Amino acid sequence: MAEIRPLDTPRLIAGARRRDLLFAGIGLAVLFLATAILLALILDLVLTGAPHIDRDFLANYPSRRASRAGILPAWVGTSLVMLVTAALAVPFGIAAGLYLEEYAPRSWLTDLIEINITNLAGVPSIIYGLLALGVFVYTFRLGETILVAGMVLALLVLPVIIVATREALRSIPGEVREAAFALGADKWQTVSMYLLPAARPGILTGIIVALARAIGETAPLVTIGALTFIAFLPPSPITDTPPYVSFEWLWSPFTVLPIQMFNWISRPQAAFHELAAAAGVVLLLMTLAMNGLAIYIRYRARRLMR
Amino acid sequence: MVRKSAFPLAVLLLAPGAAAFAQPDTVRIDGSSTVYPITEAVAEEFQIEHRGTYRVTVGISGTGGGFKKFCRGDIDIADASRPIKESERKACAEKGITYIELPVALDALAVVVNPANDWISCTTVAQLRAIWEPAAQEKILRWNQIDPAWPDRPLRLFGPGTDSGTYDYFTAAVVGEEGASRGDFTASEDDNVLVQGVANDPGALGYFGFAYYIENRDKLKSVSIRNPETGECVEPSVENARTGRYQPLSRPLFLYVNPDSLDRPAVATFVDMYLDPGFVTELVTEVGYVPLPEKAYRLAREKLAARRTGTAFAGGSQVGLSIEDLIAAETVD
Repeated sequence: MAEIRPLDTPRLIAGARRRDLLFAGIGLAVLFLATAILLALILDLVLTGAPHIDRDFLANYPSRRASRAGILPAWVGTSLVMLVTAALAVPFGIAAGLYLEEYAPRSWLTDLIEINITNLAGVPSIIYGLLALGVFVYTFRLGETILVAGMVLALLVLPVIIVATREALRSIPGEVREAAFALGADKWQTVSMYLLPAARPGILTGIIVALARAIGETAPLVTIGALTFIAFLPPSPITDTPPYVSFEWLWSPFTVLPIQMFNWISRPQAAFHELAAAAGVVLLLMTLAMNGLAIYIRYRARRLMR
Repeated sequence: MVRKSAFPLAVLLLAPGAAAFAQPDTVRIDGSSTVYPITEAVAEEFQIEHRGTYRVTVGISGTGGGFKKFCRGDIDIADASRPIKESERKACAEKGITYIELPVALDALAVVVNPANDWISCTTVAQLRAIWEPAAQEKILRWNQIDPAWPDRPLRLFGPGTDSGTYDYFTAAVVGEEGASRGDFTASEDDNVLVQGVANDPGALGYFGFAYYIENRDKLKSVSIRNPETGECVEPSVENARTGRYQPLSRPLFLYVNPDSLDRPAVATFVDMYLDPGFVTELVTEVGYVPLPEKAYRLAREKLAARRTGTAFAGGSQVGLSIEDLIAAETVD
């Protein structure tokens, strides 16, 4: 190593600046490249697909003729499956995260559970499909239904929500808990009135990530036997006879957008490939709408906190 | 969050009542992705005609996956792009499930090359075997190794993956043994990938379903096959497949129907519609396959009416059999 003399200081600073600049340049280039590729893909999808999206496309059943084929059962199926997924994964995920972070005693059992949850987040989705096929479809005889699809996707994204909930709770300063206890709040009051509202933005971010992953999943649904051709809708959740609400749709066979896309993209006719792109655009819009809703709730939650 | 948590509870409470829901009479179909476009077309018309009364669902689990479900009694009809296999017959027999085997259409397999390929227009089964047999692996890598008149250029191969019924049939027809093929070719379950592969490589040769060639005629060149019986060069076309001249690369596609399901009006009506020659001939053509001769549909209907179960293919895929022979052939359970 050469000895550094005082005279070298400006050169050293210039060198450090150059390295900084170089790194910033590389970072910018990578960022630009990644965004450009993403934009190009989305642009290509939208340009191919968008002209095909109209009322008929959304209101028609699939057909052998590309000109009259639509995605009605697919988008209804996707919506209903996501509803079940959210209804199961969100409460269970938050409850599990809360328990692990605030209630669970530190023991080897808790450690084991923690390690398992972290690992489960990385298990390939097809494994969940096989599990659901074995447990829900064969053992419990629940059939290849919307309920089972929602359950398997809920299992799939549960670890994501649990981890996000725990991270959000952990980032709340201990003083908040102490302050609540000092005011005479019991544990549940502390959790429900102070911790959960403070953790809500973090939890919602986790939910966004989780549901966005679930909506694009195909592998576990194909494994449990999601169908490709369905030209009828599940029974309506609202009926005209008391009790006016029906859960019969939970037991209906279904298809979802990614499966419909996959089927169309593997057809020989180019017209179906364009329909697949159109279905892709609809799927993107649904994801955006779902995330938009969550972001809006998060925004309101943050404002309330101030 | 608190309000939402009542929902899964309701779901759990409702779960035991599942069986109580009366679902409309549903025809459950699953199986081959090759047969799917035809079944989808029939299902579409069936659903339009019987909306509200009957329902039909069609899945794509592949021929093998379809038979698995069929032999468990999960579905009423299995779509199959090859005859039922020995192991599948055993599985069905164990569960006491029988089947009526009904050919519904023909699929020609097209052998294709790049349009820039000007040296091959007609080939023989022997040449195809020399290219595709397992012994050719790592050895036959240039065109002139097959025929010295062909140029000294690299030969690159494209074909469907091993799970495909197309693969099973091609190997049976060309190599002579079902599933026997060299392994060093580009395999994909998505035929559009194969189309792209051949279209972009001047030294390529591939095979896949006729419909994929027809839709991509501007990017591909088909190779005629010399009929082993007559010695004439026959190009793949609907007409040549239908008249039986395009041999041995046209294969029958099947429905396997569970005779017990036929007691349900939805299934009986659906199969009846599927085998209506005036109706299905047009549909099959529309989706890019080759309809059977009218007589074949009539024979199939007779077989259905008599509920004659079993398969005519106890020995695996048969090559070059006429459809009428197929239906009339003795069947084994």
